[in-house]
Amino acid sequence: MIQFEKFVLHNGLKVLVHEDKSTPMAVVNVLYDVGARDEDPNKTGFAHLFEHLMFGGSINIPSYDEPLQVAGGENNAFTTNDLTNYYCQLPSENIETAFWLESDRMLSLAFGKKSLDTQRKVVSEEFKEHYINKPYGDVWHKMRELAYTTHPYRWMTIGKELSHIENATLEDVKAFFYKHYTPSNAILVVAGNITTEQVKMLTEKWFGPIPAGEKYERHLPQEPKQTAPRKLEVKANVPLDALYKCWHIYSRTDSRYYTIDLIGEILGGGASSRLFQSLVKEKKLFSNIECYHMGSTDTGLLTIEGKLVKGVSMATAEAAIDEEVKKLQAQGVTDKELEKVKNKTESMMAFEDMSVMNRATSIAMYEQLGDADLINKELEMYQAVTTEQIATECSVIFDENNSNTLYYFAN
Amino acid sequence: MLNRTIPPPIKDAIEFNLQLKPYTFFELDNGVPVYTIDAGTQEVFQMEMVFYAGNSFEKQKLVAATTNFLLKNGTSTKTAFEINEAFEYYGAHCGRACQNETAVISLSSLSKHLPKLLPVIKEMITDSVFLEEELATYKQNSKQRLSVNLKKSEFVAARLIDAYVYGDNHPYGTYSNAADIDALNTAQLKEFFKQYYVNGSCMIFVSGKLPDDLKAQLNNNFGTLRLKANNEQLPTINLTPAATKKYRIQNDTEGVQGAIRIARDFPNRHHPDFMKVMVLNTLFGGYFGSRLMSNIREDKGYTYGIHSYVQNHLQQTAWLISTEAGKDVSEATVEEVYKEMKLLREELVDEEELLLVRNYLIGTILGDLDGPFQIMGRWKNIILNQLDEKYFYDSINIIKTITAEELRELAKKYLNPEDFYELIVI
Repeated sequence: MIQFEKFVLHNGLKVLVHEDKSTPMAVVNVLYDVGARDEDPNKTGFAHLFEHLMFGGSINIPSYDEPLQVAGGENNAFTTNDLTNYYCQLPSENIETAFWLESDRMLSLAFGKKSLDTQRKVVSEEFKEHYINKPYGDVWHKMRELAYTTHPYRWMTIGKELSHIENATLEDVKAFFYKHYTPSNAILVVAGNITTEQVKMLTEKWFGPIPAGEKYERHLPQEPKQTAPRKLEVKANVPLDALYKCWHIYSRTDSRYYTIDLIGEILGGGASSRLFQSLVKEKKLFSNIECYHMGSTDTGLLTIEGKLVKGVSMATAEAAIDEEVKKLQAQGVTDKELEKVKNKTESMMAFEDMSVMNRATSIAMYEQLGDADLINKELEMYQAVTTEQIATECSVIFDENNSNTLYYFAN
Repeated sequence: MLNRTIPPPIKDAIEFNLQLKPYTFFELDNGVPVYTIDAGTQEVFQMEMVFYAGNSFEKQKLVAATTNFLLKNGTSTKTAFEINEAFEYYGAHCGRACQNETAVISLSSLSKHLPKLLPVIKEMITDSVFLEEELATYKQNSKQRLSVNLKKSEFVAARLIDAYVYGDNHPYGTYSNAADIDALNTAQLKEFFKQYYVNGSCMIFVSGKLPDDLKAQLNNNFGTLRLKANNEQLPTINLTPAATKKYRIQNDTEGVQGAIRIARDFPNRHHPDFMKVMVLNTLFGGYFGSRLMSNIREDKGYTYGIHSYVQNHLQQTAWLISTEAGKDVSEATVEEVYKEMKLLREELVDEEELLLVRNYLIGTILGDLDGPFQIMGRWKNIILNQLDEKYFYDSINIIKTITAEELRELAKKYLNPEDFYELIVI
């Protein structure tokens, strides 16, 4: 059971405190409820570029990193399609340094031209390193455009194209900040060797004076139900053919999410999973195969991806995947299989919750979903999934008309 | 009104009193040493069985790594599927890894499932059968994976730079091609398994919230095996470094970035300069605020990240600078790396920056010691390097007391461009 307390400042900032006296450290985690899905389709990659700019100096403090490091702290941040999260860890005696730094950059950035010029280049290199200069690096770029016609999950967090980053202006940056980086659009989690009283005092002192700003209301175009299969063929300079198949699933807060998550595990969650055993070990059609989803807040995708053994045709490989999916639909799963993936989930959660940093981030992410206490409730929801529910969802999800297939051919 | 330009007072991290929680030690009936850390709040458990079965002991390339990998692929009573199922049913993970001297089998699990899992590991390390079919699948899939990796400039660069520094016949510098995978056969694996696992040298590291009967459980499963404590003499192999220092390699005609590696040989942890150089390395390229990051990423924007580090090897090692930079700015990046070396050789680091590095390092160690697995990770490294807790406390002391003059002397001694191998793979 992970304990926490919650309060809200008058400017709308939500604050959650998780005390853990077993560590000498404290963690300050600030989640801004803005991700790549909130971007203008012509200015993609902005949420992530912005994450970089948050380290380029704030209104009263020229450098974020240096004072934190002087206080013995470490920090990082990440951006997804759904959110932007900043976290730092430092000796708990020095926790006020984190409040000082985080509140100042929530108040306002310095908006220096030099910082923007440099970070545009840095992010361009990040784009190249991860998505251009890597075999199969453009798969998700193509798959998102295939699977989503309307929802902004159509583009990746890094952005649709390099030019969107290269053309970002200071005006764009400022507008983005004032729209999304407000107290009412943020969740602050403080965890570790601290007390709630201390956190209340420090939060009032440093975050209390920040103007509330305008609350951003999210009205995203929702993805219409897919009604026919979609397929795309790609040829690229890669050594092996690869196959990617996605089906639309539910949103993160839908009760059926847990069923889908377990279906993914049963199909492709490890070396004893169905796809690995059948298609890699027995039939030797793939050299590796996985089934996963990204835990997206809005309706996401369940994905099967694998690289074909040289000499195996794409048609044979696809037919073999279809056969496994049909088998699952026709025969369902055994009690033992279901028990296995539930055990795995229980174990994964226990390991994830070991570090105070992970706990802080998880609390923030669950709060963004609407209920921080999900961190304590989710195991039960997984335990409650039945073989009947799995059978039902397998027929709903693995509908050919709900499928998106990317055939990635080696040149 | 709050004055936000004034930082809150801090306690300098160097004033913190860092303690490395001591381990508990016992031996199994056959003499195998066991190190344990009992701590944490979650009911989780991690075990690493470290065998002296790394690639330094193999007579033919890949035999050590393949033997280690196939430990999960079948015994006389269980198929590969059944072994995987045995772990995954309990939500446990059994990993394996092969390094230069050592090879590891690890187990992560909820503590309550241990009695079901340890017998499976016992079976793997005493009764693996290395079936032809399992090896054939492994060979095919390894070759496929290699073909994908060889398209990545960073993969190609990482293996070449080691080969330059250590020599491609040295266990630290060797790398393999498809022909080496093809040459593997089950007879070699069985022989290696018998010598280095069944009759091998082993030590065990256990951490987490430990069951009361841990010693009995370990003894029942491993205490009667033919394993022994480590008395392997590590084979010493001389370096045969490459004669040429500078390399430019075109790996992918469509490449948009250069994988840059700049490296030199360096002594191991027993050398008196080692701990001091850890501080110099941090300043140079070992953290986000380092000289290399500040200049080449944060000022020039040539790269998403640039790092320097000393490889974690037992016998001798190398000091490396590593980055992926835009194709057009790769040469300029190399120049900037040398400029930063020059600054460290010629100018004293000022007290403010040095204090920052000290505080950062101490804060990081404090944060790293959060939880039983991390504490055991530190101990394991100390023990495998045949050091003791003095090493940990001496390191802390050096972080707190090293002077700017000492750092400059070390830079003069070790950061000379002519001693470095230099490679760009596009």
